[in-house]
Amino acid sequence: MEIFGIPIQAMMGQLLIGLINGSFYALLSLGLAVIFGLLNIINFAHGAQYMLGAFGAYLLLNKLGLGYWWSLLIVPLVVGATGVVIERTMLSRLYKLDHLYGLLLTFGLALIIQGLFRNEYGSTGLPYSMPEQLQGGVNLGFMFLPIYRGWVIIASLVVCLATWYVIERTKLGGYLRAATENPQIVQAFGINVPRMITLTYGFGVALAALAGVMAAPIYQVSPQMGADLIIVVFAVVVIGGMGSIMGAIVTGFGLGLIEGLTKVFYPEASTTVIFIIMTIVLLIRPAGLFGTQK
Amino acid sequence: MKPATQDAARTHRMAFVVMALLFIGAPLVGVYPVFMMKVMCFALFACAFNLLLGFGGLLSFGHAMFLGSAGYVTAHAAKVWGLTPELSIAVGTLCAAALGWVVGKLAIRRQGIYLTMITLALAQMVFFFALQAPFTGGEDGIQAVPRGKLFGLIDLSSTNAMYAFVLAIFLGGFLLIYRIIHSPYGQVLKAIRENEPRTISLGYDADKFKHRAFVLSAALAGLAGGTKSLVFQLASLTDVHWSMSGEVVLMTLVGGLGTIFGPVLGAAVMVTMQNYLAELGAWVTVVQGGIFVVCVLLFRRGIVGEIGHLLKKSL
Repeated sequence: MEIFGIPIQAMMGQLLIGLINGSFYALLSLGLAVIFGLLNIINFAHGAQYMLGAFGAYLLLNKLGLGYWWSLLIVPLVVGATGVVIERTMLSRLYKLDHLYGLLLTFGLALIIQGLFRNEYGSTGLPYSMPEQLQGGVNLGFMFLPIYRGWVIIASLVVCLATWYVIERTKLGGYLRAATENPQIVQAFGINVPRMITLTYGFGVALAALAGVMAAPIYQVSPQMGADLIIVVFAVVVIGGMGSIMGAIVTGFGLGLIEGLTKVFYPEASTTVIFIIMTIVLLIRPAGLFGTQK
Repeated sequence: MKPATQDAARTHRMAFVVMALLFIGAPLVGVYPVFMMKVMCFALFACAFNLLLGFGGLLSFGHAMFLGSAGYVTAHAAKVWGLTPELSIAVGTLCAAALGWVVGKLAIRRQGIYLTMITLALAQMVFFFALQAPFTGGEDGIQAVPRGKLFGLIDLSSTNAMYAFVLAIFLGGFLLIYRIIHSPYGQVLKAIRENEPRTISLGYDADKFKHRAFVLSAALAGLAGGTKSLVFQLASLTDVHWSMSGEVVLMTLVGGLGTIFGPVLGAAVMVTMQNYLAELGAWVTVVQGGIFVVCVLLFRRGIVGEIGHLLKKSL
């Protein structure tokens, strides 16, 4: 069976890869959107924190013998905790200043984290084997689906939608959204806004780490793994509309798919297609697809 | 002219003379000339960047695209088209200006952090273009770029001639930026940085001013990039990669944002660090990151900014 002269197997394979990449774009841009929404900081360390997640899983397995499922639980908590420390000791001093200082600080942090890991582990990737329960695959008739990949897509969809639900549909999310509009008034209602901001940053960082753990068995664990991905994720965030939760999720998955399709029909453009889309979107809607012009 | 501005102008003149003498004298006292030329190229790059951020308040996180693309075009013009060095650099600079025109048009539609992200993403597009376009040589870059004969007369393969050429470009570019900053245009730019709505209400077309600043900054960054590719006889992906955009921010921040001489000192500090700490490998990244964090948290004025603050003078 063929579609536009491309065998359906190959086509589905690329679409699957696109969907997998899309899951990571969505998870990472979701974390960025959550952090940007409340802290107004572009978290340039997000890629490094994603890398920390992957290394966390690697280290737990090789030093402590704890497997994938433990990593999935422990690593986001630990990395998220480092995020809390960073917010308390550094970022919180910058809120009164121009936003660019937050970006510069997190950029500096990213350089430090990546440099330290490169010193320790070199630039070559380290392998991480997938958990036994998720090995193998199923034949869907038109294509072969490795179980782990299916798991990543479903898990990230669930996490994304749960986050969206909490922020847009619950009381806690209501406080969060109110605090982005007017922190003083929310504070006056007796809500501890600084603590909420700290925990939000921790949560955003934990999301990046979670993505890192899920990425470890698919991509190689290497100090640079976040550095190049983060630029693409920034483009996803710009296209979706900065700070928009739904925008981050939809454009994350959507752009992953478009990238996969481009790989089938015009491979040369597959790395640039996201940036081309970004330019077009900006020309038509400067605030992004789901953003609101402030 | 009021005495205060006269005083400031005198300080600037003195500082400029000291800076020029340092650059002229450095190779005479045995500093490696190619190293000094690298410092001058990056200093011009940082000054061009500072024109946009320090005086226009626009943080571009994609300035490497102007440095890098001008480098490629200059190298291509010199090597394949066989143009003389001054023409090759002119072509490279023009290309960077044209790119700056387009990027500026897109970017100034949004403000603050949004503008930063847009420039970053557009720069990444340029990076992938440089990686895949047939004339850039992909991972290898354009190598063995001939330095050629200046105006068809002066052979630039001699280090001394090249040094004088780069020095002239750097000092010329620096003076041009100084002139721009102190012109009525520069004053309006500063006014937009401080309070955009108010400047607009005074009747200035803020977007037009910002866009011009973008083009000027891009062109001067291109001038630096073109010169750099002739100095090293190489145009490569390093100069278009986004980490270069980060480095120029760091140079400007270390030297002093919005100061006139800060970016030059910042560039000198960073290039020196990279050259002499090279054997430490990835530790250089860690040190750079540390400097970033310390600068942002503790001394946001940068070195020259702090000195100027102590002396109560704007440098």
